[in-house]
Formats: sequence, C-alpha cells, structure tokens
Amino acid sequence: MNTILEVSNLKTWFYTRRGIVKAVNGVDFDLSQGECLCLVGESGCGKSVTALSLLRLFDSPPGRIVSGEVMYDGIDLTNCPVERIRQVRGKEIAMVFQNAQSALNPVFTIGDQIMEQIDAHGRYSRAEARKKALLLLDEMNIPQADNALNMYPHQMSGGMKQRAMIAMSLSCNPAILIADEPTTAVDVTIRAQIMFILQELKTRRNMSIIFITHDLSLVREIGDRAAVIYGGKVVEIAPVETILTNPSHPYTRGLIACLPDISTDLKRLPSIPGNTPNPIDLPAGCTFHPRCKDVMDVCRSNEPVFVNISGVQRVACHLYDNAGAYRA
Amino acid sequence: MIKRSPLLKIKNLKKYYRVTAGLIPRPLGEIKAVDGVSLDIIEGEVLGLVGESGCGKSTLGKAILRLEEPTGGEITFQGTDVLSLNRKELRIFRGQIQIVFQDPDSSLDPRMTVGDSIGEALIVHGIRDAHERSQRVARLMEKVGLEADFMERYPHEFSGGQRQRIGIARALAMNPRLIIADEPVSALDVSVQAQILNLMMDIKDDDGLAYMFVSHDLAVVKYIADRVAVMYMGQIVELTDKAELFQNPLHPYTEALLSAVAGLRPGGGGRILLNGDVPSPLNPPDGCRFHTRCHRVMDICPKAEPQFREIVPGHYAACHLFP
Repeated sequence: MNTILEVSNLKTWFYTRRGIVKAVNGVDFDLSQGECLCLVGESGCGKSVTALSLLRLFDSPPGRIVSGEVMYDGIDLTNCPVERIRQVRGKEIAMVFQNAQSALNPVFTIGDQIMEQIDAHGRYSRAEARKKALLLLDEMNIPQADNALNMYPHQMSGGMKQRAMIAMSLSCNPAILIADEPTTAVDVTIRAQIMFILQELKTRRNMSIIFITHDLSLVREIGDRAAVIYGGKVVEIAPVETILTNPSHPYTRGLIACLPDISTDLKRLPSIPGNTPNPIDLPAGCTFHPRCKDVMDVCRSNEPVFVNISGVQRVACHLYDNAGAYRA
Repeated sequence: MIKRSPLLKIKNLKKYYRVTAGLIPRPLGEIKAVDGVSLDIIEGEVLGLVGESGCGKSTLGKAILRLEEPTGGEITFQGTDVLSLNRKELRIFRGQIQIVFQDPDSSLDPRMTVGDSIGEALIVHGIRDAHERSQRVARLMEKVGLEADFMERYPHEFSGGQRQRIGIARALAMNPRLIIADEPVSALDVSVQAQILNLMMDIKDDDGLAYMFVSHDLAVVKYIADRVAVMYMGQIVELTDKAELFQNPLHPYTEALLSAVAGLRPGGGGRILLNGDVPSPLNPPDGCRFHTRCHRVMDICPKAEPQFREIVPGHYAACHLFP
C-alpha cells in the first residue's frame, strides 16, 4: 500500500505563562491509502493536538510546531504557505470533531453549512451544491434529508448533528478523514450508528481515516493499525490485532488490562498506579517510568527510541534492545 | 446470592417536570423523567442502573434523596417513609444515603480546602470539635487512598482521579448505608477508572455498604454490579441478576445495548442497529415507549403499554414479547 501521509518527529508546544506545554512531543506515524489508523490515548496525551497540528488548526500563538514534518502529497504541511494549507483543509484532509454541538454554527441551517464548504472548494451553482448536500445527508442515513437541509443544529438530535458534520466533512471527497473522538459525546446506540457509517465509508470510498479515541473497543471495531500515545509521543504502533493480543509496551499492556470488558468476568481490575503526566512538566527519560511496573534505572534518565520488534510492530521502550529483542 | 432484607424500597416513583415556553410562560407539557419506577436495593448489594442520556437515571438517584422532590410514589428506607419526613428528619436521613457525583470538579467547592469539604458533613451532623473532626477526616482520606497531609490543599491541586476519591471520602463521612454513585467514573481516564472502581469495591466489602451505581457503560456495570436495572425513557424495562442479564437479555433494548458494546475480545453476535434517536420525552410514543426503535416490534406494541413483571424467577421485564 502506498503511504499518503507521513508524520515524523512532530512537536507542537504551547508557550504559556506557566511554562511550555509540550502537548505533542515527537510523534511519528504514517498512513496508507485506504487504511484506518487509530490514535489511542488518555486525555491530555496529545492525540487531539496531533490531529490539529496536521492541518495547523491549533491557536498560534501560544502554540507552535517546533520541529518535525507532516508530508502530504509532496509538501510539508508544517511550513507550507497558508494559502496552500487552506486548499488542503476540508478538501483533501477533512476533520470531524468530538462535539458536533459546538462545531456547528447555530445560526445557519445544516444545508447552508454544508453548501458553504462545497462553495469554498469548487465552482457550483446553488442548485448543484444543494443537490450534492442532499446526497451526502442521504448517504449518512439521515431520514428526510431534504427536510434536514433546512434545519438548524438545535433542531437536530446529537446523533443527527454528528452525522451532519460527517456529511459536511465529506463534501469535497477528501483523501483523508480525521475523526477526533466522533462518538464520545453520543450514547451507545447512536455510537453504533456512527461507527457503522464510518466503516461503510472506509469500504465504499476507500478513504484513509485517522480515528482518534480513548476507547480500545472502538479500535478493535474500525482500526487497521493503532498508535498508542502517551505523554505526547507514540509509544507503540502495530496492527490492531497485534496490539490487542500481544501488546509490547507496558503502558499498552496496562491500558488493555485495566479496561472492564463485557466479555470477561473479573473479580478485580488490574490498574495502572498514578496519574497521566502533566504536559507542562513531563517526567525525564521515558515519560511512563513513574507508573511503570517494569521500570529500570535507564528509564529514569534516557528516552527510549523506537525499535522494530517485528516487521509491523514498533515500540519505544527500554525493555527491548536496538534489535527489538526482549531484555529479560 | 444470600437473601437479605431490602434496605430501600421504591414503589411507583414519579418525577415530572412541567415545561413552559415563551416570555409569558405557557405550558408545553410535562417531561416524565421518572415514570413509575419500582425497585428494591438489598443490604450490601450493588444495583447497577443503566441507560442512555436523558433516560432519567440521574433524576431517579436524586429523587431517592429528595434532592429532586418526587411527584408521586413511595420510598421506604429501613422502614421509614422517606417522603413524609420533615426538614429536620430529612437531614438526619440523608446521612444514611449519600451521593457521589460524576464530575468532582463541579461538586467540590474550589474555595474550600478538601479537609473542610470532607469535614463539612461532620459539622452538619453535630461533630463540632475541630480536633476530633480533623482526625476523622484524616482517617477518611487514608481510607480512600489519599495522604492525610493533603487536607490543607485545594481541589485544583488534585488530579481528576484524586478529586473523585475526595468525593467518595465526603460521601463516606457520615457512615452511610447506601451510596448513590451517579456516573462516578465516566469523567475519568481508563487507567484511573480502574483504581476508583477497585476502591469502591474495597470500601463496600469493608463497610458492608450498598451502592446504586448509575452508569451508561455496560462494561463498568458488569464489573461492579450484583443486579442490573435497564432504564428507557423514565421506566425500568428490565431488571435481573448481572450474570442472567448479560447471558440472557430479554428486552430488545437490552439486547441492542449489549450488542453495541463490542468489547475487546473477538467473537460475539452481530450488531443490532436501532432506528433513529430516543424520542422526545415531552411526547413519548404510545404503547411501549421503545416501539419506535425496536427491531422486534409487533402490532400490539404501539397500542398497549407492556407490564413490568417477573418473566422467569428473578428476571423482570416489560415487553410484549413475553405475554
């Protein structure tokens, strides 16, 4: 498969009065055509800022990409001219946000908002744009789509708003869809509907999806590969089945173990001690070392580098030597 | 399970909200947030209450404590008729049932030290001696896994998980018999969520508490609950032992909920996709309230409301599939 997006050593820092918030602190991953890559992590790990950084959508100042590159279609999105990235945003790489309520404009109808995006990236008459918008809403299984076009966001339910936003993001037929926790704000039965739509999109449009979530069960459902993020860095990246059945980083292992699972019966949940690190004051060495049960001396001082432990699984942990072999 | 006496009995509990619109309020109707709920909580058990947002599960929790005054029904706690208590009696009663909220951020006063927050309940309930109070607070903090030295700190100095521990310590201050935990781990990260769930289990085992554990997350409920009640649009649609519910769900809504939670392990049946969204509670569907979304809907469902009754011993459901 050919790679369409390559992110290397991306660092996005926020310069605040209280110090430098190293939200994204050296993220590496690549995305292939038609692949769904999941970015998994807990709140504050930097997964959303990573997504925003790809399109330079974070507030700047205080945010700044201090190093790294995001290669898309032969250009580096981190330092290309603003005019160029504007063409990419929405048209080639589109984004769906977590909270549809706040991402939609309350004073315009859904139809107007979808048509606005169609207008921004192409020349269509109003009738054509409307027809396109109608088809998109249909594709999202929104009942009575022509009626929905004239609705304002507050007239729609949460699930409908989220689907309308997905429709909007698809309006220019982007090559990559970034979905940032699209199901976190909705109920489980609605979540099932949204996941179904995303899976359909992946197969029908052969679209590449970056799916950001904290929920590993969704990863299993939709992901081809998953990148686990901790303390602003990818600590492990591998095919989803490998991550779930054979996690190699102690954090990934802990994360999978501590999740109450519907298919098992446990008397007691394993847990990871401590709390997620504060990005303003990241621990030295490996950022996970204060919580790691396999911690060694080297972890406190040296940052681990990414090693290949099999052709498809990469991990950043001192438990593995440079050749990727496990140090017993 | 050993049969124990019910700690709390709720019968046909109702909480309606009148809805008005406009500058000069004109009535639009009533929202039946809780509409005829009957259930028991047995001493020392964990009753999981599951449902989607807006189904009335939080309102039910608050109505039990009369934080929201019920519109009708009966609540009996250890033989006392809760709804007939006057203000003073109610205050004493509330020491017996405590509540832990979802968001410890908004339930703790940012301008009070956590020691004062935890100790506040002790003052209300008559422990005026500062030294004794501070000793009790220290014990409570140790019990929930916090250092007693943190007593002088303010809520913003703690992480989300620690704040939820403070919320639990606060609820424990009066040695309650029952804690209503309203989505206590929903705002927490998964790695911290497990710590809090384990803590709640430990406290329950040590003190013989009962919990009503309100959650939208079936996996969490499966871990912590003994019995589970499923709620939809203000009504309980299914109630049974945990194992029975997860293996043999009767109500189509429960079935759909279970299928929507895929879990981490491969396998399991196909997913049931429900039609549309939860209908407006202002205008609930006639007959069975779930019929508009049900994948097993029959002719009778829009016409008659199904009775909530025991289908097999210990397994209650309200559905026309089981006449």
